[in-house]
Amino acid sequence: MKVSTSWLSDYISLENVDINELAEQITRSGIEIDSVESLNKGVTKVVVGYVKTKEKHPDADKLNVVTVDAGQEEELQIVCGAKNIDAGQKVPIALVGAKLPGGLEIKKAKLRGVASQGMVCSAKELGLNDKLLPKDQQEGILVLPPETTIGTPIEQILNLNDQIMDFDLTPNRSDCLSMLGAAYEVGAILARDVKLPEAKVAENASLASDSISVKISNPELCSHFAVRVISGVKIGPSPQWMQNRLMAAGVRPINNVVDVTNYVMLEYGQPLHAYDADRIAGSQIEVRAALEGETIETLDGQERKVPAGALLIADAEKPIGLAGVMGGANSEVTENTVNIVLESAKFDGGAVRKASRHFGLRSEASQRFEKEVDPARVIPALNRAAALIAEYAGCTVQQGIVESGGDGTEPLVIPLSLTKLNQFLGTEISSLEAKTILARLHFECGDLPDNVLEVKVPTRRGDITRDVDLIEEVARLYGYDKIPTTAIEGPTTQGGYSKPQLLRRGIRTMLTNGGLQEVISYSFANREAETLFPALREGRHSVKLAMPMSEDRSVLRTSLIPQLVDVAVFNRNRKQENLALFEIGSVFQNEEPELTVQPKEIPMLGILITGLRQEKQWNSASDKVDFYDLKGAVESVVGFLGLTGQITYEADRPEGFHPGRSASIFLDNSHSKQRIGVLGQMHPDLQRSKELDDTYVAELKLEPLFTADTRAIEYRDLPRFPSVQRDIAVVVANEVTAASLIKAIEDSAGELLEKVQVFDVFTGSKLGEGKKSIALSLVYRHMERTLTDEEITEVHGRAVAALEQTFGAELRK
Amino acid sequence: MRERLEQLKQEALSELSGAADAGQLNDLRVKYLGKKGALTEILRGMGSLSAEERPVIGQVGNEVRGAIEAVIEEKQQKFEQLETERRLAAEKLDVTLPGRPLKQGGVHPLNRIIQEIEDIFIGMGYTIAEGPEVETDYFNFEALNLPKNHPARDMQDSFYLTEDLLMRTQTSPVQARTMKAMEGEVPVKIICPGKVYRRDDDDATHSFQFNQIEGLVIGKNIRMSDLKGTLLQFSRKMFGPNTQIRLRPSFFPFTEPSIEVDVTCVKCGGKGCRVCKNSGWLEILGSGMVHPRVLEMGGYDPEQYTGFAFGMGVERIAMLKYGVDDIRHFYNNDIRFLEQFARH
Repeated sequence: MKVSTSWLSDYISLENVDINELAEQITRSGIEIDSVESLNKGVTKVVVGYVKTKEKHPDADKLNVVTVDAGQEEELQIVCGAKNIDAGQKVPIALVGAKLPGGLEIKKAKLRGVASQGMVCSAKELGLNDKLLPKDQQEGILVLPPETTIGTPIEQILNLNDQIMDFDLTPNRSDCLSMLGAAYEVGAILARDVKLPEAKVAENASLASDSISVKISNPELCSHFAVRVISGVKIGPSPQWMQNRLMAAGVRPINNVVDVTNYVMLEYGQPLHAYDADRIAGSQIEVRAALEGETIETLDGQERKVPAGALLIADAEKPIGLAGVMGGANSEVTENTVNIVLESAKFDGGAVRKASRHFGLRSEASQRFEKEVDPARVIPALNRAAALIAEYAGCTVQQGIVESGGDGTEPLVIPLSLTKLNQFLGTEISSLEAKTILARLHFECGDLPDNVLEVKVPTRRGDITRDVDLIEEVARLYGYDKIPTTAIEGPTTQGGYSKPQLLRRGIRTMLTNGGLQEVISYSFANREAETLFPALREGRHSVKLAMPMSEDRSVLRTSLIPQLVDVAVFNRNRKQENLALFEIGSVFQNEEPELTVQPKEIPMLGILITGLRQEKQWNSASDKVDFYDLKGAVESVVGFLGLTGQITYEADRPEGFHPGRSASIFLDNSHSKQRIGVLGQMHPDLQRSKELDDTYVAELKLEPLFTADTRAIEYRDLPRFPSVQRDIAVVVANEVTAASLIKAIEDSAGELLEKVQVFDVFTGSKLGEGKKSIALSLVYRHMERTLTDEEITEVHGRAVAALEQTFGAELRK
Repeated sequence: MRERLEQLKQEALSELSGAADAGQLNDLRVKYLGKKGALTEILRGMGSLSAEERPVIGQVGNEVRGAIEAVIEEKQQKFEQLETERRLAAEKLDVTLPGRPLKQGGVHPLNRIIQEIEDIFIGMGYTIAEGPEVETDYFNFEALNLPKNHPARDMQDSFYLTEDLLMRTQTSPVQARTMKAMEGEVPVKIICPGKVYRRDDDDATHSFQFNQIEGLVIGKNIRMSDLKGTLLQFSRKMFGPNTQIRLRPSFFPFTEPSIEVDVTCVKCGGKGCRVCKNSGWLEILGSGMVHPRVLEMGGYDPEQYTGFAFGMGVERIAMLKYGVDDIRHFYNNDIRFLEQFARH
């Protein structure tokens, strides 16, 4: 809401008030002032002039030579290029020596041989926002009303010495969508009185109720509907002062009747509408819900289908307006209008909001209705507008107001306990202080027992409904700065993370210390890319946004891997090809194709590595990462969680992965075996289509890992007796996995086996087709004594025999 | 014989003083002290001496041997030292060549900020609450005093999934969920970090996905002055011990009174600069006393219990703290951007 300070001072004295300081005070009291703008952008020595004659320039087709009476000693001769200039006009004249915005200085000049003693100004040249003016005045000079006095400084005529404060209103303070509301707010801050505008309607002898009646058929959507009838209207421009104020508020001047309705809307916050009385059929105006299939042509010339139930204003035959949103073309006030019906009403905010959304029509009026207008201003605003129209459109007002409804104008009474107020704020505000503040707000205040005030809240402040609202009013005017700083009283509380939070943070620390970089990707994904790695979806469905902003962000991610791949592509495009990334975040999967309940939000860990293991350096090789770098990262996470013995890896060919270089990860313990993750190389075709080098990705569900049983850390005795290491190499078929060999050794060797580790794997023609050699080192130890050769040989022999029998392994000598 | 021994000594010492390396020194040792050396040669003639003379000459012989050995020993040590010095000099490295780094990744800058804020509030006795990112209309709006058709819903344009389900537009629904889960127990002292989503066109300062951290305290006699104290303590830990805060009245549907909190500019400390648009203040937090309707809906009697809540934008704090000028950097995940935060 743009608030003109000169207009504001109609209602409240702004004497000795610095507007910038006031703006700061208003901001600190709760309404942010976005800007304070001065209308005068640097205009001096521009006065009103009368164009006496206009002749063509002898040597230039597009120029005119005019003689102007600008109240100076002599008439001025000025050369002017504007198309719309004509004899008989009053126009702004920049005299010789005048300054205009942008630093232009007017000097005596000769234009194509003709002397010019000044300049005729356009609105733009005067620094005005000319978008609100008629088109010919935007392109040409500004034409002033004929009654403007010659020689008057233009600042005075256009009210250029005004300063405009822009109120950035929060939704609760719609009371300040009016000059009066702003005046009450400023009055409360400055502790000054508010003077209401005059609204004395001089009525003629005819009774309005003889010509019209009103009826509200849906009182739940309209609580008050009132009209006045005005006869003998002469449509014309509104006075310059009114146009100045409208333009300062950003409203386009149109004609005296429309301008008055807009002016009073800005003044009272009550939107008004004028109908051409002679175009209303019958003698009754009805406020009713639309029936099925009704249409109306609105003021903007659009034929609109009205949804059933929307609120309409209708005459005996047809709808004549969309209540609170826009009037109908069929009852519009035109140049030829003589009699008008002026409407002031309180429509239900929700109904107007719904309709304005439906039609995509948001206007100054609908905005105010949506936030609920003050029921107590319906009649004063109607009277004020009728009086102004009578004054400026040369007409008379018929006797009486014709209305229906009109309850709810009584102030709300709220008891306010000062004990509670001080308890709530942590202050010691006295009863007198609180009463003084409430008086500044013009809230009447009485005393009840037990330090309780009885506060009457005027209907203009519909946002105040409970005692805490009053506490806020007192506090904001008392000053938040004066509220002390205290510590919470009561028992101390133990802060901390939950177990999953702690583990997530631990994994994050562990992986970053291991050289991986954390990323955060978008939760919205491309619908197609989303399906590339479906393994962990387990048949569940993705969730679509009802109205996505783009195809690339149209579904909720069901996996972190496509997002990580996108990050890799983004970096590859910037020549960053060595990446080790991870993300911890939720994915969204729905059981049913249709979303009816909240989808599952599954916390996942995603890992992606590609490129070189480390940057090539003078002393280190530049090897590419491989499957086992990725698996090592996963194993480290599992180890950190204390789950090493419970996790198994099985060769698998999940979609999107290299069929020979991928695995499923299982949580496999005494309770159950469940797949909790996948890892492997991206399918080479997919890598190629993304133009990525070999890229390895993994995804793990975190919840099962966090809830799996782990043993608490428990100290084990350090060994006091030496261990014995025996290395063996066996040749087995390619399909035999390392894990199965190790398991066979563990099962056969028993308790004396402390550790078994693969230390070499190779294939070669010497071994024979389809064979590989695996070298293992086995460590034996007894905790209470030194092992004898015989014991070791016996146990080791069992292990070797198991390999030979189970896998047909040949021991290499 | 005594004269021959003395002569031998002189001869040997003079020759030793000219020895240039360990090899020559060894040759001289053999020449004078060896089994077939000069000293042995002389002493072999001891048999011809009288019984009185024999011990005297023997002692002289020993002294001569001792003197020669001492010089050899001294010389030898010196040669060894020189040898060591020469060897070490040959092992000299170019210490300006880079070493082999430990691998070090980094936490995403947004999570760094979140962790830092979590640590501060955990230290103040708060626990961390979490909630779903896909919310019901009820928890995202209605339970926060934003009934359908409330004008304040305009403040947040949302991503709906169905009529009733949407991406949460704020972390505040976790407040409502926490209250419900606590079933009227006090004290409630939580913060909840998390992702939120609003229908905003992305530009340098807007992102449709961003992170908030919400805080909620409910108890007996929780006062607005406690909120002020809490936020001052937090701001000083987060932005430095000299930070001041400034409270301005504002409006949020779920708090009454509602308060915007400014902190002294992190860049200029309040003197005024480009970052704070010369005001000296930065808007960092929204907060307020929990609205009685919200308490009621959460199962707390507003006549018995009061509370405060606050919320802040993680991206905004990260941008201010690290001087990042474009919010999109956080989600592009350019490794050259992220790596800048991989240090203490």
